[in-house]
Amino acid sequence: MIELISYGAFFLTLALTYAIMCLGLNVQWGQTGLFNVGVAGFVGIGAYVSALLTTPDAPDRFGGFDLPIAVGWIAAAIAAALASALLGAMTLRLRSDYLAIATFGFAVVVQLAVLNLQKLTGGPFGISFIPRPFGALASDPLVFGLCNLAVVGAVTLAVYGALEHLMRSPWGRVLRAIREDEQAASALGKNATVFRLQAFAVGGAIMGLAGAVQGHFIGYISPEGYVPILTFQVWAMLIVGGSGNNRGAIAGAILVWAIWAASGAALAAFIPADQQARASALKIVMIGVAICLVLLLRPRGLLGERATVSRHVENAGDHAKDKAS
Amino acid sequence: MAQGATAAEMEQKPAIKAQGLKLAFGGVKAVDDMAITLGRGEFLGLIGPNGAGKTTLFNMLAGTYRPQAGSILINDVEASGRDATARIGLGLGRTFQIPKPFPQMTVLENVVTGAQHQTGERLFANFLRYGKVKAEERAAIGRARELLDFVKLSHLAHEPARVLSGGQRKLLELARVLMADPSAILLDEPAAGVNPALLEFIISRVLALNAQGKSILLIEHNMDMVTRLCHRVVVMAGGRYLTEGKPAEVARNPAVVEAYLGAAA
Repeated sequence: MIELISYGAFFLTLALTYAIMCLGLNVQWGQTGLFNVGVAGFVGIGAYVSALLTTPDAPDRFGGFDLPIAVGWIAAAIAAALASALLGAMTLRLRSDYLAIATFGFAVVVQLAVLNLQKLTGGPFGISFIPRPFGALASDPLVFGLCNLAVVGAVTLAVYGALEHLMRSPWGRVLRAIREDEQAASALGKNATVFRLQAFAVGGAIMGLAGAVQGHFIGYISPEGYVPILTFQVWAMLIVGGSGNNRGAIAGAILVWAIWAASGAALAAFIPADQQARASALKIVMIGVAICLVLLLRPRGLLGERATVSRHVENAGDHAKDKAS
Repeated sequence: MAQGATAAEMEQKPAIKAQGLKLAFGGVKAVDDMAITLGRGEFLGLIGPNGAGKTTLFNMLAGTYRPQAGSILINDVEASGRDATARIGLGLGRTFQIPKPFPQMTVLENVVTGAQHQTGERLFANFLRYGKVKAEERAAIGRARELLDFVKLSHLAHEPARVLSGGQRKLLELARVLMADPSAILLDEPAAGVNPALLEFIISRVLALNAQGKSILLIEHNMDMVTRLCHRVVVMAGGRYLTEGKPAEVARNPAVVEAYLGAAA
């Protein structure tokens, strides 16, 4: 029983780190329509920045600076935001397909950079001994797992709350207006480039934070954690959960991560040991099948986008309820 | 006193004063050395046969196209080098020939989006100056409800804009641009594709706005509407200024008749 709860806490903690990435992508794609296929790059930047700042001094590479975990997380978000802002400033004026190419290229560059900048990132060996929140409790797996879950859950909740606040604000309304008709928004004085850049940076910051949180939870990061398959997973989570809906982003992350983990366990149980490596590709197939099923059965995702209105519009919610009944 | 004098002077300044406008697409001179002035409080019509360059001129005034030569003064500020986003800040709003509502947003939210200088449109202000954001947002919503009353769309306030009919979309667009309180409005064929009953209502709203002092430039094919609404009509042909005058005079002008028939032949 205790093992089951421990595993549940571990599973949910990891799923929520993906949920945070998914929330970041939702700001960019769901809210603003920015086609970012370089999610892994921004997550990786966050993970490495936080790891460098918080690990103990290591003789064979630059840093660790042994700073508090919270400092690492904040710095991770800021670094990823700056990287997004820089990339966005160069590419957001381009058409959406060029943005996709540019972000994909960016993620590959980040991955190759961390792989090869051995003096900075530890190269292929990655960075280990990343301090874990409540590391002192590690001897008791249950308490340790639940504490980690509480921390990651609190971060998820804080990001969710902040994004809901923004989506219902005048800022969020302008983003939707630009997404729906840029020319009309522009005639009303809304500068599409500026708002897109902000949304791109906010999304990037959240992805960076997610990368940092995940790194600290696992305790070890390496370049192979930030390959394009990560981007694919996060996109799958958002599509399955329902892009444009923050709760959908979280639900999609948990569900897709569950499919990923369950298919991994099933493969381990049913496939002969000598075929395991090849069979692991089936996990990706499972996610693909899940996406197809959701798109066929619920084209807008498990929880599709709902009309978001300013929180200051009185009775709008009642009206919606009246209509539903 | 000095400021009072400036305001009085502004009363005399035209809302739009464009001169020497030129724009060619490849070898085709869509607009060539065109001048047009929209007086303060005036209701001006812009007509001309198909291919006369009306839409190109309109797009230059609205900032969608940048003129290759010439100047555009909007409320006495040079705007020819600035893009469409800057127009509303100079006091010039526009509507679109095919209306462009934000389809997934509610009718009320569409109108509120027209509000200018909202603190809440600044990202961090939503966290750091929430009190101010809240007060402004409440005021904007109140104003938007008044405008929806003005265009008789209040009963649809919480519906997504995609459910509106073509004519209702034109009214929504009008309310949305009024939210920004421009002193001058460019109306792009407000009668196109609107049923006659709703058209009468649109005409009454546009006249009411003009009576409130808004300067209005109208592009319209419906001559009946032009005759009823406009104080003055400018006629374009072949990318150039042809003539101008009161609507009835212009309709009788042989040069105008020839331009229309010549274009048709």
